Amino acid sequence: MRFLRLLFVFWRVGILGELSYRSNFFFHLLESVLELGTALAGLAVVFSYTSTLAGWRPDEIVALVGIYFLVSGAIRMVIQPSMERLIEGVHEGTLDFTLTKPADAQLLVSIQRVEIWNITDIALGAGVLTVALVRLGANVEVREAAAFAAALVAGGIIVYSFWLMLATLAFWFVRVENMLQIFSSMYEAGRWPVSFYPRWLRFMLTFLIPVAFATTVPAQALAGRLTWQTLAGAFALAAGLAVVSRVFWRIGVRRYSSASS
Amino acid sequence: MRGLAVIYVQQFKVTMASFIQYRAALVIWLIGHVLEPLIYLVVWSTVTRSTGGSVGGFTAADFAAYFIVLMIVNHMTYTWIMYEYEYRVRQGTLSPDLLRPVHPIHSDIADNLTSKMITLPGMLAIAVSLGFIFRPVLHPVPWALAAFVPVVLLAFLVRFFVEWTLALAAFWTIRTSALNQMYYMAMLFFSGQIAPLELLPHPLRAIAFVLPFRWTIGFPTELLIGRLTPAQALTGVGMQLAWLAVGLLLMRVVWRAGLKAYTAVGA
Repeated sequence: MRFLRLLFVFWRVGILGELSYRSNFFFHLLESVLELGTALAGLAVVFSYTSTLAGWRPDEIVALVGIYFLVSGAIRMVIQPSMERLIEGVHEGTLDFTLTKPADAQLLVSIQRVEIWNITDIALGAGVLTVALVRLGANVEVREAAAFAAALVAGGIIVYSFWLMLATLAFWFVRVENMLQIFSSMYEAGRWPVSFYPRWLRFMLTFLIPVAFATTVPAQALAGRLTWQTLAGAFALAAGLAVVSRVFWRIGVRRYSSASS
Repeated sequence: MRGLAVIYVQQFKVTMASFIQYRAALVIWLIGHVLEPLIYLVVWSTVTRSTGGSVGGFTAADFAAYFIVLMIVNHMTYTWIMYEYEYRVRQGTLSPDLLRPVHPIHSDIADNLTSKMITLPGMLAIAVSLGFIFRPVLHPVPWALAAFVPVVLLAFLVRFFVEWTLALAAFWTIRTSALNQMYYMAMLFFSGQIAPLELLPHPLRAIAFVLPFRWTIGFPTELLIGRLTPAQALTGVGMQLAWLAVGLLLMRVVWRAGLKAYTAVGA
């Protein structure tokens, strides 16, 4: 309950802050529409030459694109800005103020900044996903929908834990913004099923930079192609990473000596 | 002329020094430049597997050659000036540049060339290793190989002037990111980065012919892998020269107008 109240307060502050720049909404929307339009146009070109792609039907790939935008919107709205703020806090010593607050510091740093206008990506992604689902129609049943939701939750936890660990490195190396950038550029690859990629790249996208769990696995669930082993594996990895990142964060905080003193 | 040469050498030293400070930024650009063509190479290889060998005259090996060469051409011609100008204008760091007795575009060109001299060996090494993985087949023709050098140089100049001019939009608005996005999305599609332009439907190919993007990325790539006739190559060079003229002209006009609009915020 306390968690939800805190979340609500931070979001309200974030929204109030950005409401002063209302025209940004339209510029964000324009950028999202352009990006989505290019992605879909690329798909149209590819599927003008073939009706299925390594077993994936057009609408299943469109659903994957929807999931990609949904997840990247969520990352850009909350995770990325908060983690950038965390690195900044370590660098400038302003993390002091967070650590002295009477709530869990990991929670506070994880939701401390909300760039609300990136919600355009989430909305467009959800829209594309819905259209794709309607077109897939009868093929998606309750079982698949449940597996999809579960896979998406696991993917979200994995991505969050991964970002937290990257940002926590700031306690040792201070300047780690660039590593966050590397994740963002690798995430591009998640727009297509990772099964397309050669084995070495698939391995990288699954374990080194866990893009596969955020996009491909949920899409597989929708296409009814997700084995329960994969789903269980995703949850095991999510649980493992959540614990590891928590421990890593604690060790990092203990090292924090505040820049100003 | 000698004055300019001194400036280029000096800028070379400055860029080298700052590269040693900011290696990571270059690595990030490199990853983006490798990943984007790699993704579409993989996608189109998958398409050839689904259709049984070839797509519109491209086999998997042709796609490999196309996208690996495209990766190098894109890397040789890219600029990051559109991201930088907004910062220069907003922070007022442009002001001291204006006091110098040479046009600021010279230091930008020198900066760009230097950082490419640093990254190009890495890029070529990556291209070779991708070559071992994807087994490209090139059909090199001697005249095309010879023509590639001036063509890629023209491509670089066209792209530099066009993007430098667009970057000047920062004089009028600080919201350049939407404009940049529009430019990059158009480029992705009409330059041949998503698919070789031969594979696009006809009306889109006609649009691509008129826009500058194809002539800066797709055209040098097609030339090097040996998919163009001499007549097509000549047409391409003609279009490059036309865009170079347009780019130069626009650059001068917009630069003059921009300087009048510039209020040196922060200075």
